Amino acid sequence: MTRWLIPVLLLLLLICAGASLLAGTVWLRPQDVVQALAHPEGNLTGLILTEIRIPRVILAIMVGGILGLSGAVLQGLLRNPLAEPGTLGISAGAALGAVIAIYYGFAASFVLATPLFGLIGGFLTAGLTLMLSRNGGTLSLILAGAAISSVAGAGVSLALNLSPNPYAAYEIMTWLMGSLTDRSWDHVRLAAPFIVVGGILLLMTGRALDALALGETQAESLGIHVGQTRLLALFGTALGVGAATAVAGMVGFVGLIAPHIVRPLVRHRPGRVLLPAALAGAILVVLADIATRLVTFGVPINLGVFISVIGAPFFLWLILHMRSRTL
Amino acid sequence: MSALVLQGVSARRGSRLVLDEVDVTFRAGRLTAVIGPNGAGKSTLLDIAAGLLKPHGGQVQLGGESLTAIGRRALAQRRAYLPQRGAVDWPISVERVVALGLTPALPAFGDLPAAMQPSIDKALADCDLLPLRDRPATQLSGGELARALLARAIVGDPELLIVDEPTAGLDPRHAIDAASRLRARADAGRTVVMAIHDLDLALRFADDIVAVRQGHILGNGPVDEIMTEPLLSSLYDIGVRLVRDPFGVSVRFTD
Repeated sequence: MTRWLIPVLLLLLLICAGASLLAGTVWLRPQDVVQALAHPEGNLTGLILTEIRIPRVILAIMVGGILGLSGAVLQGLLRNPLAEPGTLGISAGAALGAVIAIYYGFAASFVLATPLFGLIGGFLTAGLTLMLSRNGGTLSLILAGAAISSVAGAGVSLALNLSPNPYAAYEIMTWLMGSLTDRSWDHVRLAAPFIVVGGILLLMTGRALDALALGETQAESLGIHVGQTRLLALFGTALGVGAATAVAGMVGFVGLIAPHIVRPLVRHRPGRVLLPAALAGAILVVLADIATRLVTFGVPINLGVFISVIGAPFFLWLILHMRSRTL
Repeated sequence: MSALVLQGVSARRGSRLVLDEVDVTFRAGRLTAVIGPNGAGKSTLLDIAAGLLKPHGGQVQLGGESLTAIGRRALAQRRAYLPQRGAVDWPISVERVVALGLTPALPAFGDLPAAMQPSIDKALADCDLLPLRDRPATQLSGGELARALLARAIVGDPELLIVDEPTAGLDPRHAIDAASRLRARADAGRTVVMAIHDLDLALRFADDIVAVRQGHILGNGPVDEIMTEPLLSSLYDIGVRLVRDPFGVSVRFTD
């Protein structure tokens, strides 16, 4: 089972990505897609594909992948099944950065201001979290993350409260709900390098995470540099999740759920969860993105909201399940 | 084989001096028990001996080589360390837990090489874990988990084994079992160090005793020389009688 897991997940992702190219306001048939991709110039289908749907599905894969991967790394590092990218305050920081861009109107003057500010916000919070937890261990990392997260959250609320006009407030709200609508190649180009580098850093922690299943002291005694692993996880998350949040807005729960879906399939080995969790995260976000196009209640439902609606009950189940296991 | 030598080792936790210029030699092929009251500095001594904590002064040598010169990974292959109350956080199988002991010997990429499987099987067999090899480590009893972690520690056949409180939380049968497994490692020529509160077990299984009190070595030598009523009394600040009967020597506290 373990050997086939990654190929099977890749195949599933490919199928979902294919479906994502077909679905939307304008439904396409597979043969239209093939034809349009062979001759992309000058026809509407080609335009829809190359300018809207392909960058969108690539973003969905990147965002979901890095969220799932980061969640798996943080759960292994903090030895806590409830850890997720939000734990370190990086998504909240990215959100605050983006909200500042919208609030002060930078977003109106050029399109990439929101993601750029988001990136900066993510990096700043990661740096702060690191500084605050410098002399402590894992617990101080969690506490620093929680503190930074609530400070950034307070900043976002303040911006909403003081927003100069209802449109700005609406824009902030929409952005906070996470979405992949109207994203272009510019967004892909902005986020891709950070997500790729962040992903590589995160993948490098695999072996250390396996040893950390025995606790930090035993991992150290096995030759693992726990401090270095912590840095890799923090920087990887800052780069990857910072960039993902910067382009897609707040997308919660993926980082929490994706590792848990695949964990039994790799027999719970923390280092082995990483790649399958990334693939599962990508599949989740691609599927949810398709769903946001298909399921509407008059107004479209945003990606982040959709995932939360599914993710929150899962979270509840997880807590109940864990309690029944420990009692 | 290689002795572990601590020379003039001092350690601080915050501003408190926990070890004050301690000299100890742990000899190869001997099981050395480190005894002393709570807070005496036993765990700190073990952490420094294992190279996990840097001493503020003095030096530590394994086989004549300074621990800092050996390097993190090479040291991890030569020395195994088991902390107090070791635990496994995820339901990974006992076999995988034991395999983690080979982490420092793994190639840079890829999974466990097939050539390493025999040493895992041997460690499982040595610790009577073969029937439990596929059991999730989170479902083990205290005694079983202690055995699994010991198997993890000895799977790479390290020349130095350091164990903090191997019998804490174990019933008498499992405690004796754990101590005799450490005894066997020493008999196989390895250097074995354990911190232990159970003085009867120390009397029965150890070759040498290191008595630590308030950061100083109160006594250091073969069991018969150190385990005396006056030394134990001053070590623990409590009346101590050694009672001899046909079954051996046991320790009674008289206060």
